[in-house]
Amino acid sequence: MQQLVVINLKDNVATATRELKKDQELRVEIGGEQVVLTMKEDIRFGHKVAIMDLVKGQDIIKYGEVMGTATADVFKGEHIHVHNVVSQRGRGDLAT
Amino acid sequence: MITGFLRKNGKIGIRNHVVVLSSVVCSNRVVEMISEQVPGVIPLVHQHGCSQIGRDKEQTARTLAGIGKNPNVAAVLIVGLGCETVQPEDLAKEIATTGKPVEYLVIQESGGTLNTVARGAELVRQMVAEASKIQRTEIQLRDIILGTECGGSDTTSGMAANPATGYASDMLVDSGATVILSETTELMGTEHVLAKRAVTQEVADGIFSIVARVEQESNRMGVDIRGGNPTPGNIEGGLSTIEEKSLGCIYKAGTKPIQEVMEYAETPHQKGLVVMDTPGHDIESISGMIAGGAQLIVFTTGRGTPTGSPIAPVVKICANPSTVTTMSDNIDVDVSMMIEGSKSLEEAGREIYQEYLQVINGKLTRAEIFGHREFAIARIAITM
Repeated sequence: MQQLVVINLKDNVATATRELKKDQELRVEIGGEQVVLTMKEDIRFGHKVAIMDLVKGQDIIKYGEVMGTATADVFKGEHIHVHNVVSQRGRGDLAT
Repeated sequence: MITGFLRKNGKIGIRNHVVVLSSVVCSNRVVEMISEQVPGVIPLVHQHGCSQIGRDKEQTARTLAGIGKNPNVAAVLIVGLGCETVQPEDLAKEIATTGKPVEYLVIQESGGTLNTVARGAELVRQMVAEASKIQRTEIQLRDIILGTECGGSDTTSGMAANPATGYASDMLVDSGATVILSETTELMGTEHVLAKRAVTQEVADGIFSIVARVEQESNRMGVDIRGGNPTPGNIEGGLSTIEEKSLGCIYKAGTKPIQEVMEYAETPHQKGLVVMDTPGHDIESISGMIAGGAQLIVFTTGRGTPTGSPIAPVVKICANPSTVTTMSDNIDVDVSMMIEGSKSLEEAGREIYQEYLQVINGKLTRAEIFGHREFAIARIAITM
């Protein structure tokens, strides 16, 4: 059973389908290719992890589409969630 | 073979309910008391029907009339107070266009609570007797309108439950049925994906326009939509942004061309996949689709939810391996084996489709067994 799933080839995140532990090494299949990824922190079931190094301001891609923007540099193997990604949509807080 | 109840206007019900409907909040207790006298009838109460204006009033009236017109309903008794904005007589006239039995009572004219309850109980007693004589006949899938909903979503919704439900949605559309994609808030960030599937430019423009309307509302409030949608539970379940939630959400409607964009509680004019402008609030969204004529609702969930509807069976699909255990009494179809990798999308999709056929034929959903009858109307203006 796969413990990390990359949904679309364009994605820069994978989703945990198990509870994952810090320092755990996992093989992730990306378009038929096996990539080894080391968890930099515990990742809960259903949560996302970066599969490549990302810079602040970069689009976060899941399902092959933009799902938000990184608010900090994120390294491969780190948790991607509300602490380091914001939405580009429905941002009334930014409206003038 | 699938069966249903043929109504006078040619529409097909898959349930045969007698409904007692409040036209206004002030009638709610009388509606409940009438329903207590005659087991088996369905009380339908809500918080609206008065001090409403313009499109907001029209939407409430259209929803209440639509609920009465839904082919799952055999007969309707409307109970009004008398002085309210949404008049019971108007509702009765609109529902009567279907040819089904409709009566209405006005508390101010009937002599108060007890007299109205007595007259109402007698009317619904007759309605129940008549409705019980209607037999099921063979129907076709093209007679079915499926409303799709997701709620208590988490990552498993977009990864498994929604794609599997989408597979079943495609099967229904291929059989000539109508499938409604709803929850406009949860289309935010996917408009460009959906618009490519619109059959005309007008439909594509409609998709952009309904989402823009929701986004403008968040701008007007001056707040980030996150926290309201995705909700705290969605976030706990791994969903980080509205775009991520939306991209997972739209899978449940399948992959077919989008024929039409409808207002809340509007009846589809086309077969195939259509979009209804409803809020992200599960109960308001489901109520809108049922008012538009949906006889069957599919509801995917990750974190689990017990909710149902007074009018239509609600089929719960869940792919979260933990939730299918902790809330097993609320889940109709467990597709969690997709997450574990031991069930394919096609297998899960076919299982959901088979469940629809059984539920159409009368199999009770978990929500029906427990008597879940949640109902809510989406408002678009403040109360005056």
